[in-house]
Amino acid sequence: MTDVTSLSAVEAAERVRAGELAPVEVFAAYRDRAAADELNAFLWVADDAGDAADPATSPLGGVPIAAKDLFCTEGVPSQAGSRILEGYRPPYTATVVRRLAEAGAPLLGKTNQDEFAMGSSTENSGYGPTLNPWDRTRVPGGSSGGSAAAVAAGLAPWAIGSDTGGSIRQPAALCGIVGLKPTYGACSRYGMIAFASSLDQAGPLARDVRDAALLFAHMVGRDERDATSLEFPEPVRLPEAERLDGLRLGVPEELSSDEAGIEPGVREAVEASLGLAEELGATVQSIQLPHAPHALSAYYLIAPAEASSNLARYDGVRYGLRVDDYDTLLEMYERTRAAGFGPETKRRIMLGTYALSSGYYDAYYGRAQRVRTKISEDFRAAFEDVDFVVTPTAPTVAFPLGAKTDDPLAMYLSDYCTVPMPLAGIPAISIPNGLSEGLPVGLQLAGPAFSENRLLDAAYALEQAIGFDGSAVRA
Amino acid sequence: MIDRDEVLHVARLARLALSEEEVERMARELSAVLDHIERISELDLEGVPPTSHVIDVAGALREDEPQPSLPRDIVLEQAPAVEDGGFLVPSPGG
Repeated sequence: MTDVTSLSAVEAAERVRAGELAPVEVFAAYRDRAAADELNAFLWVADDAGDAADPATSPLGGVPIAAKDLFCTEGVPSQAGSRILEGYRPPYTATVVRRLAEAGAPLLGKTNQDEFAMGSSTENSGYGPTLNPWDRTRVPGGSSGGSAAAVAAGLAPWAIGSDTGGSIRQPAALCGIVGLKPTYGACSRYGMIAFASSLDQAGPLARDVRDAALLFAHMVGRDERDATSLEFPEPVRLPEAERLDGLRLGVPEELSSDEAGIEPGVREAVEASLGLAEELGATVQSIQLPHAPHALSAYYLIAPAEASSNLARYDGVRYGLRVDDYDTLLEMYERTRAAGFGPETKRRIMLGTYALSSGYYDAYYGRAQRVRTKISEDFRAAFEDVDFVVTPTAPTVAFPLGAKTDDPLAMYLSDYCTVPMPLAGIPAISIPNGLSEGLPVGLQLAGPAFSENRLLDAAYALEQAIGFDGSAVRA
Repeated sequence: MIDRDEVLHVARLARLALSEEEVERMARELSAVLDHIERISELDLEGVPPTSHVIDVAGALREDEPQPSLPRDIVLEQAPAVEDGGFLVPSPGG
């Protein structure tokens, strides 16, 4: 008998629908593995599949999903990795989680993350860090590190996360799996605990590109409860491309320069994959994204500014933590927030509040929004010459736990190659690009808004050519 | 540079109590981050419009029809303190 966890999610769903595999067997196999999690990838694991759609007739065949903690799930702890929401059980379910359940993917569990998705290592979780299954002394990336580690280690067949500045793509890269940040508006944000609303976007983390495509196909669509959501313009297809004939790939000089801090091993892996792309029929050219070096600065003004506003709701009144020692309302607010938020969340609230405060708004937030316009224009110009932009996903492989926790700026720099895309609202995918020093490297492809089908096709062809094997860490 | 007084002012705006140690650390760390971020002041952005929303959305408005809200008991269930069917807070005080 085959071990069901050795099947891809697409294969498992097909077998369930063909009557060759019992959906309870799939759920139980992953449930057992998730319950025995040694990576601190899960914060909560389901007992049973609940009342998801009939697996035999539904497209996702009962193959369960792991959801990042910040997706609200009715009656199930949803804490966004924060102590200020400890024990919070929302009275409603996020639209993407509901849609996936309706398509036949029940909830397997909730995964660890950096608090409120603020971080690149999952070390900012209020519930302890998640460990990288390739090397347990290293971080899995973040903020969707629990989802990435769970999929990489075979504790979950697939997972959902959220990406604001790289929080799906970077952990996918550091854990050797596939992560897709969709076009802004492709997936409803309803029920996602907000970080930076103009950037946040839900997306899949999966073992391979076809799994990511199948999951994504059932996440998209307009939702009346999120006014920024859009109907996806075409059905999401399972990729089949084997060749890249005629495809024009652009390598932005600014995201491969020394300033980007790309490690030699990462650079070599990306160059090797560009060579494979040419063998498959693609052309590779150098391009410019002149404002990309300023993307990080714009991002670390816009995202904290929006966060400082979004996180004002955690005040000890309606849900979550309230401390005991206070005399006045103001003291209750200030001490509750001091006790409930971790250091990075406090830092971002402070940075955002400062950037929005009287006298600084134009110099910081206003200016960052203008840089954002220039970044979008850079991409628009690039996509007149090339189909996709290619970069390393992260400048380095997974770094040791604790290596960057005392240096916020060093941590922020690990988002160097991933922040420009959400600022422009465009989709980007990270696929495994081999190993450097025994650790996974990620390759990022970004395309114009709503180009996900073409992006998935190209990623699939490259994935076949690269031939990455992550099975060792799933054992 | 952001100094100690500015940290305390911003912390008050953000409704965040900081310990002495946190005030010092925050001043240092925020200064380092702002120092990096200040690079955007080198850019010529004259006449560039700001972007707050990246993808065009048309017809996002739905009909303004009343829908049932969550039941009061469900909404109050997660609150730290409740009285007479409402959220209980301490006196705004002095």
